Amino acid sequence: MEIHSKLVGEGVTVLKLQGKLNMVSAPRLREEVHAAVAAGNSRVAIDLTGVDFIDSSGLGALINGLKAARQAGGDLRIAAPSEQVRLVLELTNIDRVLKAYENAESAFSD
Amino acid sequence: MKRRFFLRTCVVVTLLLGLNYILWRWFFSLNWANWWIAVPLVCAETYNFIDIFFFGFTIWRSDPKYTVHLPADGLSVDVFITTYNEPIELVIATAKAANKIRYPHLTWILDDGAREDMRLAAEEIEVGYIKRGKNWEHRPLHAKAGNLNNALMSTSGEFLLILDADQVPYPEILDHTLNYFEDPKVALVQTPQWFGNVSPYDPLGSQAPLFYGPIQQGKNAWNAAFFCGSNAVLRREALMQLGLKRYVTELEIAMKQALRAADQILARTQRSSAADIPEAQNALRSVGDAIAQTRTAIRGGQTIADVTYALQQRVAGISKEMVKAHLDLMIEDLAAIREIHTETDEKWDVILDIEKTTDLLASHELSPLGALEAVSTLLRSLDVDRPGEAQPLMPLATMSVTEDMATSMRLHEMGWKSVYHHETLAIGLAPEDLSSMLKQRLRWAQGTMQVMFRENPLFQRGLTIAQRLMYFSTMWSYLNGFAAVVYFTAPVAYLCFGVLPVKAFSTTYFYHFIPFMIANQLLFLVVSKGISTWRGQQYSLSLFPIWIKAVVSAFKNVYFHHPLAFVVTPKTGQGVRNEWRLVKYQIAVAIVLVLAMIVGISRLVSGRSEPVGTFVNVAWALWDLGLMSILIPAVRFRGSQSKEK
Repeated sequence: MEIHSKLVGEGVTVLKLQGKLNMVSAPRLREEVHAAVAAGNSRVAIDLTGVDFIDSSGLGALINGLKAARQAGGDLRIAAPSEQVRLVLELTNIDRVLKAYENAESAFSD
Repeated sequence: MKRRFFLRTCVVVTLLLGLNYILWRWFFSLNWANWWIAVPLVCAETYNFIDIFFFGFTIWRSDPKYTVHLPADGLSVDVFITTYNEPIELVIATAKAANKIRYPHLTWILDDGAREDMRLAAEEIEVGYIKRGKNWEHRPLHAKAGNLNNALMSTSGEFLLILDADQVPYPEILDHTLNYFEDPKVALVQTPQWFGNVSPYDPLGSQAPLFYGPIQQGKNAWNAAFFCGSNAVLRREALMQLGLKRYVTELEIAMKQALRAADQILARTQRSSAADIPEAQNALRSVGDAIAQTRTAIRGGQTIADVTYALQQRVAGISKEMVKAHLDLMIEDLAAIREIHTETDEKWDVILDIEKTTDLLASHELSPLGALEAVSTLLRSLDVDRPGEAQPLMPLATMSVTEDMATSMRLHEMGWKSVYHHETLAIGLAPEDLSSMLKQRLRWAQGTMQVMFRENPLFQRGLTIAQRLMYFSTMWSYLNGFAAVVYFTAPVAYLCFGVLPVKAFSTTYFYHFIPFMIANQLLFLVVSKGISTWRGQQYSLSLFPIWIKAVVSAFKNVYFHHPLAFVVTPKTGQGVRNEWRLVKYQIAVAIVLVLAMIVGISRLVSGRSEPVGTFVNVAWALWDLGLMSILIPAVRFRGSQSKEK
């Protein structure tokens, strides 16, 4: 999996993921989120457009990231999940916790 | 096939004879004049009859055969060795054996003792070392479940072999278990726990040939093989899915409770006389509005992350204004709240935590400002980041001190399958003295009872009827401490005072009882294929104080939030001297039984009681004593020879 990080607006980090978000790549995502939060950009948007497969460990990394962001006073939001990702979100009931925004750039525009 | 037919015939015959006996006992033989012993006795007998029914149901489809297929190449596996305070050499011996497991894997030592020596020793033999991170400080550790949950977050193997520190694995342990995971629904493969430091005489009853044999094989056939904490392989995906699902469920419960509690605090403060400061009034009203809006938002289908985010932001805003207005008034209350916090920090359950915080807050006289702070504290605790826990996801169940059984039950609820593979693939160390053994048994019983009270399998959605019965039957068997007390009391009552619980110890009694008893013993004999189950029967009666203590303490823990001490079993003997006090209740019972026999016989000689009744009750008392006699070698036992070398 590839992760591209960029800053948009004021203090919002967009992490654009490409590939499989699974038990192998989950630790890397966790590190990226922690790095962003440590750098003071605790509002993190995860762009899932390029993620064609996610497993429970991948979701776990998202929830871990959410914790890190919230503890720093920010938030973690997800955007543009594919059909497979959406199904896993529903299967694990995580869709009741995390809302999928339409696109990452505007996830924090409220 | 022939064997199964024979087995089933034995089960049916035993149950029919048992039914015949129990019905006769209830409807034709109860001596109502002595109801105080007659009713408990018939209840105890019914309890045992149900126990036998569960046993018959368990083994109904039991299949002792297993086959070995080698797994496909290329699976990724982590081997976890959990340790807390076991000697470093012992852990390293296990780790070295783990390194020799043939299937490619990574070995990790999960050190809950955070020992520097352990880390260095691990480094030396090139195995991974994991200890708890900073995030666990001042948060509930959840013992072994927490240790494993922590390691899950920093490793990435698709499968996990879990080993207790003393369980030395064979090189083929993965080769013989991984193939079951070809079925994508299989989440768990459990293998037996066998102890190498136990003589054939086994004074402490450490081996469990009936459980790691016909019982697990039977449960396996109902897709209900239990996870037993060690010597098992688990699928990471299943555990993580479980962790995610529990995370959502617990958030939703915590959310409901915190909102309700916040409402209560607000209402109480608004009624109190201190609420006459106008700014405070306004602030309280704003918080009340925010809570109401949160409820509406949840009902409207908004996600928890969004709802809590908005709520936190609003409450933080309101608090900030209030602090500006009345800094001085707050100081006193803040001190009270902080005090509450240190009291609750070490608790191990988010949900309990909220209840406890509310209780404590309600007992303090709070000003509106204090109440506001209390409410925001409460609301912060329900945030999606689970501030009360070290990590948001806890795949291994933390609701019970026997995380293993609770976890496999929840996996079954989610539709995962489990497998029991009946081949010894690791050799462990059993407790080496009575006190360690008792602590271990107490913990198992307590944990099982916690699950029964918290998440009774009979009422869990997602389990099949058979799975419900498989989990419940294990819990049921831990209730036998109460039956034991009745079985001691009844013969004493007859021998000393001539109190008859049945109408008469007549030939009718023997017609009903003897065939059932013989069939029952034969059933055990046939099922166990001659492996001695006598030790098991002895301890099942002899440890009655432990079973009762477990039920009572788990009940208090679940319903009244009393703490339940978690005892790690020492793996090398402790050299406790006077161990007789460990069995003081049993000694008392034995003395009473012996005295009762003497009194009973003298009553017979002096013509005050009749021979058949006396004979039956003396035999009964002797049977009780015979079962309990195992405690004498157990107390005197000082570790096995094999350890000495």
